[in-house]
Amino acid sequence: MGMPDDYMRYPHRHYGMDQDRYDWSMLPRRKPVQWPNGARVALWIVPVLEWFPLDMQGKPFKAPGGMVMAYPDLRHYTLRDYGNRVGIYRILDALKKRDLKASVAANAAVAARYPHLLREIVGQGHEVIAHGLHMDRIHHGGMSEEDEKATIAQSLDVLRKGSGQGVRGWLSPARSESYTTPDLLAEQGIDYLCDWANDDMPYKFRAKSRAIHAMPLSAEIDDYAISIQFHFSEDELVHHIVDQFEMLYEEAGREGGRILSLSLHPWITGQPYRIAYLEKALDMVMRRAGVWNATGAEILDAWKAQQ
Amino acid sequence: MKSDPGLYDYLPYDRTRPKITWPNGARVAFWIAPNIEFYEFQPPTNASRAPWTRPLPDVLAYSARDYGNRTGFWRMLDAMARHNIRGSVSLNVAMCDHCPEIIEACAKHDWEFYSHGTYNTRYTFNMSEAQERELIQDSIDTIKKHTGQKLDGWLAPALSYTDRTIELVAEMGLTYICDLFHDDQPCPVKTAKGKLASIPYSLEMNDVIAYLVNLVSPRRYGDIIRAQFDRLYEEGAESGTVMCIPLHPYLIGSPHRIKAFEEAIAYIAGHDKVWLATGREIAQHFIANDFDTFAKASQPVGSL
Repeated sequence: MGMPDDYMRYPHRHYGMDQDRYDWSMLPRRKPVQWPNGARVALWIVPVLEWFPLDMQGKPFKAPGGMVMAYPDLRHYTLRDYGNRVGIYRILDALKKRDLKASVAANAAVAARYPHLLREIVGQGHEVIAHGLHMDRIHHGGMSEEDEKATIAQSLDVLRKGSGQGVRGWLSPARSESYTTPDLLAEQGIDYLCDWANDDMPYKFRAKSRAIHAMPLSAEIDDYAISIQFHFSEDELVHHIVDQFEMLYEEAGREGGRILSLSLHPWITGQPYRIAYLEKALDMVMRRAGVWNATGAEILDAWKAQQ
Repeated sequence: MKSDPGLYDYLPYDRTRPKITWPNGARVAFWIAPNIEFYEFQPPTNASRAPWTRPLPDVLAYSARDYGNRTGFWRMLDAMARHNIRGSVSLNVAMCDHCPEIIEACAKHDWEFYSHGTYNTRYTFNMSEAQERELIQDSIDTIKKHTGQKLDGWLAPALSYTDRTIELVAEMGLTYICDLFHDDQPCPVKTAKGKLASIPYSLEMNDVIAYLVNLVSPRRYGDIIRAQFDRLYEEGAESGTVMCIPLHPYLIGSPHRIKAFEEAIAYIAGHDKVWLATGREIAQHFIANDFDTFAKASQPVGSL
């Protein structure tokens, strides 16, 4: 009886991490970073454009926000799609009024289905980052390398052609990866990855062909987590964003530049009753001196130049 | 399987309970128990629990835990140090190998180390007695080797047990456990060997339970900590109480949570009849002064 002998063996019990994607590193012991013009906090806004197919299979799991009812789940399909028709335009207007730019993470399916939306995003000066094919094509350990390679190629092809941009950033649907996702992304020209939630700053990330970087997209300062998962009020949405910002701002005074990332889903925060709270939070952040609004690529390049 | 864990007798929280007197007439023994953990990227399977909700590799869950060691721990350490509150670390002892800088930082602040198993992804469920002894011995040896401390406390890794766990912990020389949630004061644990105290650890104050299960907002977490303290401080005028805040750096150490927490512990540390203690100190005091009177006052549990 008992567990197999292997259960009491620890082959990776040694200094540092138990996988070799990145080095163990402590935030306060790193070289302080200087943002342009002495800014303390880089504001990185990431609206996420999602398309959930009506006939979602949910393999190997359903992405958060996926269909809930029996087929055809018109209710959830259309509410998610609301983000791409209505909600995103409220968010884009809120950004435009404040002269803010964003990194828009888009499913390739959104770009292909709604080319007008992609043109608007590019025309308004935002960065496009890839968010995979669609919300029912999850990258996971059981996906064949061939299938994953083709999925990445198709996603990047659609988004690069549609946006006319190089598309350097990647956010996996549901932030899920296989063991080889970073290698395949590096091969296909991706410079930075937004899936890993273990840091507040960029760091070097190993892939087979070359080093890429992880960018710290918060999984918690995220409207899905705050408004849907935790059922917090709109005032709490503001508190989460502003409290996060104020602490980073204070810390930046001692330890060097920090990053405030905002992960926004237009079907959530683009609702009429919520949008004003996003606007309020943005105003509370922007009224401070020393906030540098930038895209993910700009933040990464500024960081890399100092390493 | 048993219908009752058989670990304690009935001791009502009323006039029949012996009085606890803490050092210097403190009303509340206050301790913070940071869970400093390592979750493996590719943990082995255990039929009783899957490590992650998603299939391997679950990069989101793994990386969210790793956040605690890279960033959150350091914010938590600073917040506690500013108010002279030591931690009693509930330690996955493999952390001594993976991230020794964290162990050094805790030791420098005079923190206690007790055991939370080897990894938080290796569960006690389904282990043989020999394997369980090996697990406990690993903690005794690793903590001694890396910190010089004698291991006194146990909180089972990921709260996973066998029917033997508590008895083995007592037999192998530990003096307290944090696994029982039946009381706001320390209590004797009934074991065949050794002398083992149950020290209140509080799941309700635990940041994982508060934030992720009870969906408490970061600001409200500060409020409930104050309310919990106020009541235990009031009751502590009669007989000493214990308040514990169990923490996880991957949650409490995020920028949007740390401030409200720090304000709450500043409030507690600002009271004069508070004993800022460690788990070991509370256990030692209880075992020396109250263990036997509590055991004697306890009533056997009746049967149906």
